Amino acid sequence: MEPGSRSTILAIALALGVLAALPFAAAALGNPAMTTLATRILIYAIAAASLNLVLGYGGLVSFGHAAFFGIGGYTVGILFHHHRFNEALFGLMLGTDQFLITLPAAILVSGLFAAAIGALALRTAGVQFIMITLAFAQMLFFLFVALKRYGGDDGLIIRRRNGLFDLNMRDDTTFYFVTLVFVVLFFALVWRIVNSRFGLVLGGIRQGERRMAAIGVSTYRYKLAAFVISGMGAGLAGALWANYARFVSPDMMHWTKSGELMVMVILGGAGTLLGPLFGSAALILLETVLAAYTERWQVFLGPILIVIILFFRGGLAGLVDLVRKRP
Amino acid sequence: MTLVLEQLLNGLQLGVTLFLLAAGLTLIFGIMGIINLAHGALYMVGAYAGALTAKATGSFLLAVPAGLAAAGLTGIIIEYIVIRRLYDRDHLDQVLATYGLILFLNELVTILFGRQPLFVGVPPALSGAVEIIPGVPYSVYRLTIIAVGLMLALGLFLLITRTRLGMLIRAGATHREMVRALGVDIRLLYTLVFGLGALLAGFAGVMAGPLLSVQVGMGEQILIMTFVVVVVGGVGSIKGAFFGALIVGIVDTLLRAFMPMLMRGLVTNTSEADALSAGLSSMGVYVLMALVLLVRPQGLFAARG
Repeated sequence: MEPGSRSTILAIALALGVLAALPFAAAALGNPAMTTLATRILIYAIAAASLNLVLGYGGLVSFGHAAFFGIGGYTVGILFHHHRFNEALFGLMLGTDQFLITLPAAILVSGLFAAAIGALALRTAGVQFIMITLAFAQMLFFLFVALKRYGGDDGLIIRRRNGLFDLNMRDDTTFYFVTLVFVVLFFALVWRIVNSRFGLVLGGIRQGERRMAAIGVSTYRYKLAAFVISGMGAGLAGALWANYARFVSPDMMHWTKSGELMVMVILGGAGTLLGPLFGSAALILLETVLAAYTERWQVFLGPILIVIILFFRGGLAGLVDLVRKRP
Repeated sequence: MTLVLEQLLNGLQLGVTLFLLAAGLTLIFGIMGIINLAHGALYMVGAYAGALTAKATGSFLLAVPAGLAAAGLTGIIIEYIVIRRLYDRDHLDQVLATYGLILFLNELVTILFGRQPLFVGVPPALSGAVEIIPGVPYSVYRLTIIAVGLMLALGLFLLITRTRLGMLIRAGATHREMVRALGVDIRLLYTLVFGLGALLAGFAGVMAGPLLSVQVGMGEQILIMTFVVVVVGGVGSIKGAFFGALIVGIVDTLLRAFMPMLMRGLVTNTSEADALSAGLSSMGVYVLMALVLLVRPQGLFAARG
């Protein structure tokens, strides 16, 4: 899909139309669970789109993105915890349950973590980068398992969703539309980034880092910037998830979660704008369908994944292109 | 003092186990260019086969070949069906396909043997303790693991530096195209290397059986530590895998042993101190890895070329 081409605009308009109409369709069909399912898909789409920015566009295979997803979630959870029990956090400020504060806080904190992890991990490349991002994510996982103060292994329950203006956030349809707004904003931001000079440099680094270095680009800085933006996006998704599920736990940063995010990116098509949305929808729907038949659904997911990797490169977005290009 | 010695030996034992996995992982990556996430699953397969055989026959001597056979067979099947098609792919495809393998193998094992962990007794001939220095008893079984592991490391070293196969392996790691051009059957070499890695992982699994609970997920737990070993030691280097494994094993064990005392001194609440020290000691090896990355991003014993 070429950026800015008519078909892309058409696809985006179509996707938006479907997404906006979905809760009403769910209500008409008497199936409100569709709305919460769609909310899950949208939140993971943000996380996958963030990963896609470094993985698909920048060629940096981060296997630890669940860490930032979890950090975002825990920021919301911890702020709420302090608000609820009226305890000071770091001795100076009180917690909060206001969306307009928790969300930027989550983005900021996950950005800081991404900066620290990225600065170290980007000293290497290739297979070491994969192992190191995975290992750092695992380190944070253990940290939160150990933090008994915030629930440790059991996680942290967020009794009420964060407040936003006078909206009734408890209503799943309202929350769905709030999520949708963030999805639209985030995907618009990704579009802006990948079509900017920064995005071009990032693509250049993916295709040939040495060449980019040879023409005088300081590639480390670009990669780090992309990694931080990507971590912030995953943090945003985590903050939304914490509100959606009203629960955060170390499982949010388990390495299998990082794997799931990668699978979404690849299923949808790495390096395409809407790929992560397709990928998120595909994986979550597949999971829902398979889980209805058997609790052990991953025994099917594994082989499906292998077949897709071995025989259908380019993911769903690639499939769409393939079908479209046939005369 | 005796506690320190005991913990050092425990660390050595963990290090040797890690080496068996890291050697396979780093060889497979160095020579075949494959990052194999399913390496931990082979360790799990070995552990399960060993545990089930020991349970059925009561003989640990039979458990070892059973574990080796199961891991080797699984490795060959995996190589034939999946890995072989990944040689020319980028790391991303390899990560995802082998991630798919993990999901499949883990769920399959859960379906076949349930979620309950299996426990294997230490074989009677190796149970009990000997005094390594007067007044310091130490588990015979752990000593056996250390001895066998060190012997395997020596064997691997001789295999790689002294034999024709080892020469091909070294050549394949640095100049793959040239080896192929000289008429060496690189396919066969790849299968041999992968099989060797699978056997080492399976053996580590069998030996770990009596020390840990054998359960689904044990493979990934050790796989991620193995990654730390490989990064610390240097990707593709057997020497790096050996020293990296010993460093990581000893650091991890010592932290787990002595962090609680340290934290109890600092934090008054005992249960909170224990939880915190458990977390901090789990993080220790990752901090070590970060430090190595700061000083030598290519690893302490990076392979040349």
